[in-house]
Amino acid sequence: MTDQTFLSRARANPSFLWGAALVGLIIFAAALSTIWTPYPPEAIDIPHKLLPPSSTHWLGTDQLGHDVASQLLAGARVSILVGVIAVGIGVLFGVALGLAAASAKGLIEDAIMRLSDFAFAFPALLLAIMLTAIFGPGVVNAIIAIGIFNVPVFAKVTRAAANGVLTREYVLAARAAGKGPVAIAIEHVLPNIASTLIVQATIQFAIAVLAEVALSYLGLGAQPPLASWGRMLSEAQRLLFQAPRLAVFPGLAVVLAVLGLNLLGDGLRDLLDPRLRARR
Amino acid sequence: MALYLLQRIVLLLATLAFASIVIFAVMEVLPGNAAEVMLGASATPEAVAALAHKLGLDQSITARYFAWVSGLARGDLGLSYAYGSPIRTLILDRLAVSAPLALMAMALTSVVALAAGVTAAARRNRPSDVAIVAVSQIGLAVPNFWFAIVLVLIFSVWLRIAPAGGFPGWSAGAAPALGALILPAIALGLVQAAILTRVTRSAVIDVLNEDFIRTARAKGLSRGAILWRHALPNALTPILTIMGLQFANLIAGAIIVENVFTLPGVGNLIFQAISNRDILVVEDCVMLLAAIVIAVNFLVDVACATIDPRLRRAT
Repeated sequence: MTDQTFLSRARANPSFLWGAALVGLIIFAAALSTIWTPYPPEAIDIPHKLLPPSSTHWLGTDQLGHDVASQLLAGARVSILVGVIAVGIGVLFGVALGLAAASAKGLIEDAIMRLSDFAFAFPALLLAIMLTAIFGPGVVNAIIAIGIFNVPVFAKVTRAAANGVLTREYVLAARAAGKGPVAIAIEHVLPNIASTLIVQATIQFAIAVLAEVALSYLGLGAQPPLASWGRMLSEAQRLLFQAPRLAVFPGLAVVLAVLGLNLLGDGLRDLLDPRLRARR
Repeated sequence: MALYLLQRIVLLLATLAFASIVIFAVMEVLPGNAAEVMLGASATPEAVAALAHKLGLDQSITARYFAWVSGLARGDLGLSYAYGSPIRTLILDRLAVSAPLALMAMALTSVVALAAGVTAAARRNRPSDVAIVAVSQIGLAVPNFWFAIVLVLIFSVWLRIAPAGGFPGWSAGAAPALGALILPAIALGLVQAAILTRVTRSAVIDVLNEDFIRTARAKGLSRGAILWRHALPNALTPILTIMGLQFANLIAGAIIVENVFTLPGVGNLIFQAISNRDILVVEDCVMLLAAIVIAVNFLVDVACATIDPRLRRAT
């Protein structure tokens, strides 16, 4: 597959294009918020509280006079940050475990996979709630709690994909040439399962964003004055009768971000794994 | 089948044991002594020590773990520090709200997802299929608690035809109680239906490409008979498996949605217990929810093996 054909196929894949556009928009919002927002997102301005959308405050203000548009932009930053680190934790440990399971076989493989199965059967958000409740609410603990649950997902996906690669002739040849299991895993298996891992990472990113929003909504994630979509929703819920619009914008932002990531994941799967495309 | 069942039961017990160890270990690292928290900062060290002894906190970790697990096995969940009442009664009271909510949501998910998924598969690439796929794609991106807030906005704030939250209790009669659970069940169920719709659609499409469907068509069976009597039953294995896995999400979702509607369910009990440092209640609730999820997945595995005998050889 040359880059040329990948690009031309990408241009003809609506899932990929829409997904990339939405994800690009959220990343742009997050990046923009680090250098510019219409107002400082944490600035309290009680005399101007609960203003409707206008030319001065595009999406209005909340009960403390925060500019909603600025808070939404800054909230994108928290979601992206949590997603990247939580998925990073999953990739780092999960891929290592998955590769170890596929290379070692036998008892080690069984043990790693049974642990992963257990984590799958367990309500992930429930343990995340427990962990953040015990170690205290906050973004860092939310990231760790969400990241832990990415580990078995990546372990499982890595092992399944790696098992497919390990039976190929070039791996046998590498083994015959005297390469050890670690060298084979890094030099031959990893590059060949990268596309599967990229697709999974996109999906887990979407799940991480949803989990962060849920934890922050419950008061266990981002804490004031840090702007976060989940916290905005929890505050908006108290003002549902006075200012219902406050509950609409952060929710739409979450939907667009997660929709974008899911579409991007679908698109990438079509582009990177043509065998699956034929089945859909 | 007997051997398969035995293997599965051993695995079920091992998973339950592992879950109990994880939950106990996580709660053990909770900062602060439960006795100190209960008695407050002004308590004398002697009083704290006496209460810790009464609660069994001065015993070794393994002794406490086995005391807890054997209590669970006997149905004795211990006493709540904060409420001073048996945890079993507390949980049963809350389950009277959470269990009907989860069942209503799961029923809604199944009906909507099977109908939409089979319809989409039968009309593949036609406008109705494209619409169903598009709606389910958006549904996947909607947080269930935000959908719950939107439902409150529409039905309670604007139309004023449903309560914004609260639970009248079953003593007020079945109709008002079920009425209070309808919006939460829709919020939970419809979002869950999105993923199941997609799984159903692709599973039925796979089956529709099989030879026996061509034979059924050649025999002159109606489209409906082919879809519902031949295609759907053969597509059930992946659908059931995903339903089992989704149950964990449903339970977690229920905890949050209960919070939106201020329902006095198990989720609400967990949050109260966390803020009260009522460790045993948290442990028992989380273990109960984990056990329900693990048991549901066990039943799904057995059901799949009953439907598809090939799966019995898989392990």
